[in-house]
Amino acid sequence: MGLKRRTFLKGAAALGAGTAVGFPGIWIKNASLAQAAGGEIKVGVLYSLTGTTAIIETSLNQATLMAIEEINAEGGINGKKLVPIVEDPASDPATFAQKARKLVVGDKCVSVFGSYTSASRKAVLPVFEKYNNLYWYPTLYEGRECSKNVIYTGAVPNQQQKEFVPWLVKNFGKKFYLIGSNYIYPKEENNVCKILLKELGGEVVGEEYVPLGHSEFSSVIQKFKDTNPNVIFSTVVGDSVVALHRQYKAAGLDPAKMPMASLTTSEEEIAAMGGEFAVGHFTSAPYFQSYDSPENHKFVDAFRKRWGKDKTTNFVSEPAYFQVHLFKQAVAKLGSKSLTPPDIRMASWDQEFKAPEGMVKIDPKNSHTYLWPKIGEAQKDGQFKIIQQVKEWVEPLPYWAYPGQVCTPNGLENKKA
Amino acid sequence: MTDTINQLFTGLSIASILLLVALGLAIIYGTMGVINLAHGEFVMLGAYTVWLLQSQFGIDLLTCLVFVFLIVGAIGWLLERTMIRRLYGRPLDTILLTWGIGVMLQQAVRLGAGAQLRYVKMPEFLTQAVSVFGVDQSAYRIFILLLTVALLFATYCLMFRTDFGMRLRAVMQNPEIARCFGINASRVYSMTFAYGAGLAGLAGALVSPLKSVSPDMGTGFVVDAFMVVVVGGVQSLLGTVVSAGILGQLSGVIAFLSNDTLAKALVFFSVVILIRFRPQGIFAMKMRRG
Repeated sequence: MGLKRRTFLKGAAALGAGTAVGFPGIWIKNASLAQAAGGEIKVGVLYSLTGTTAIIETSLNQATLMAIEEINAEGGINGKKLVPIVEDPASDPATFAQKARKLVVGDKCVSVFGSYTSASRKAVLPVFEKYNNLYWYPTLYEGRECSKNVIYTGAVPNQQQKEFVPWLVKNFGKKFYLIGSNYIYPKEENNVCKILLKELGGEVVGEEYVPLGHSEFSSVIQKFKDTNPNVIFSTVVGDSVVALHRQYKAAGLDPAKMPMASLTTSEEEIAAMGGEFAVGHFTSAPYFQSYDSPENHKFVDAFRKRWGKDKTTNFVSEPAYFQVHLFKQAVAKLGSKSLTPPDIRMASWDQEFKAPEGMVKIDPKNSHTYLWPKIGEAQKDGQFKIIQQVKEWVEPLPYWAYPGQVCTPNGLENKKA
Repeated sequence: MTDTINQLFTGLSIASILLLVALGLAIIYGTMGVINLAHGEFVMLGAYTVWLLQSQFGIDLLTCLVFVFLIVGAIGWLLERTMIRRLYGRPLDTILLTWGIGVMLQQAVRLGAGAQLRYVKMPEFLTQAVSVFGVDQSAYRIFILLLTVALLFATYCLMFRTDFGMRLRAVMQNPEIARCFGINASRVYSMTFAYGAGLAGLAGALVSPLKSVSPDMGTGFVVDAFMVVVVGGVQSLLGTVVSAGILGQLSGVIAFLSNDTLAKALVFFSVVILIRFRPQGIFAMKMRRG
């Protein structure tokens, strides 16, 4: 006859009771976080440890935790230890929002460090704006955002392209083919690129978007051969980067004459595609692992010592690292005053820190960061050779391509004509 | 002239990759009526097997191919024996089952091998471009094209020139009567599923140096493979070949004239139109079903 209903109900009740007794934690709200208030500063760490973007976000998680450990080892901030509360939103924007709410409302964190994809940032924004908390976002993104509850430590398009595009035009020529993945980041970057090209008298011979994860580029390469650009300006991401580079070389194209210039190809993608397919192409980013500065050597060595000697650092994990130090400086400045997120935000303005990439500063106008874009040429061993570095830090202008709008400390405003 | 040659070759290349992936599916779907949504994951397993063999044992790609066929074929055989055979004649349940298997395989690979993109080495002598009719083409793509033709020929020989093939075709037409003739239908099913899985694994192995290796690479392939099989007509090998050719060339041409995103959308749209007016596909096998 199978399981009788009564037996089933008895079993279920027993299981439930057993669980409750065996795990007293579920009776005590936030049992794992019960701790003395005062003497500790709670911060949220919100990077995906599982799911599609886990690989890159794990490195962000690791960089953040390493920074927190460094700060605590030096005695914390004004004698108070930083307590990281780590949540795994599993690469799903809806889960990001849910975990954010838990960190902000349930755990009462004074700040949260998190997000890689713009989708996840957009998903958590309402939480931070509703509860007036503070989100620290380390990833390069498309700009065009000006929230009073976010501090942006990643590069925006004007920072990535201001030196890069003129350098490309000067060294290779004026005809650009723009290829990107089909979502907002490549489109905004291409927007900026087109404006820069127009100023330089350049020409866009093609602009095209392929679906996310697309890996069949034979038609695209045919178009390259047809239109003969001087530079292929690539903003494809993920799998597409690897596929595009491989098929480019397999088709016999020459990076000395038609290099790919990217904003998203990092040491990670080169390892996946194989050094010989990456050689001769360029990336613009504020940070490369090969950058020669004492702070960077210290950072890379410490990262390897902490997480494994084959680990690499990249242009997203470095901001994840230095933003925690900027946070620390802001909190230290507040001293014994009460720590609320809006106070921390204001205290973070004009904070400077000697990051692995150079001295960085948070811009009070828009809560973005002054950064040091560099141009790197990919080498066969998987690292980048830094061809050029800006002479002084570049101001972040998240609305550079939209002259009618400007980001102010009070939010987005329209410029008076 | 260069343009036309380029276009032709692009279309052929896309078509050959489509055919490679769809061949296994066509055989499984055609023979057993099993809608194998895990087919993309077999492709992915093939790619990961190559990566594993290359990174652990340093075996080059061409030698790996044999192992890949055997290993992924064995996995397919195992799945058929343990799970899929219980659901013959229940297409909706098979869809759910194979979908579940696909998800599990994907996550198992993600847990086991990690989610990052993996590196598979292209054979040295194929990395360059060769000149075909005066136009530079990728040597590796030509290699895939030739291998696809070879596999097609091998499959044809298997189906029409061997004893096993005869039994397979008998079971395809009418399993009950075939059983009356003393054919072990369940053994035929297992071997067929294994063969189809092995072909999918080979497809993954061949495609991996040209594209990338990640746990979710299979999803794109299974969708394209189903389109090819459905358009070509179930149970028709020739139909699969023709439809791969048409769809490959079509997406190549549209992508060249506009872009890849639009090409994907339009190809889907044309498939829908075709199926609306000719649901049995291009080449339909006339048969009486009991």
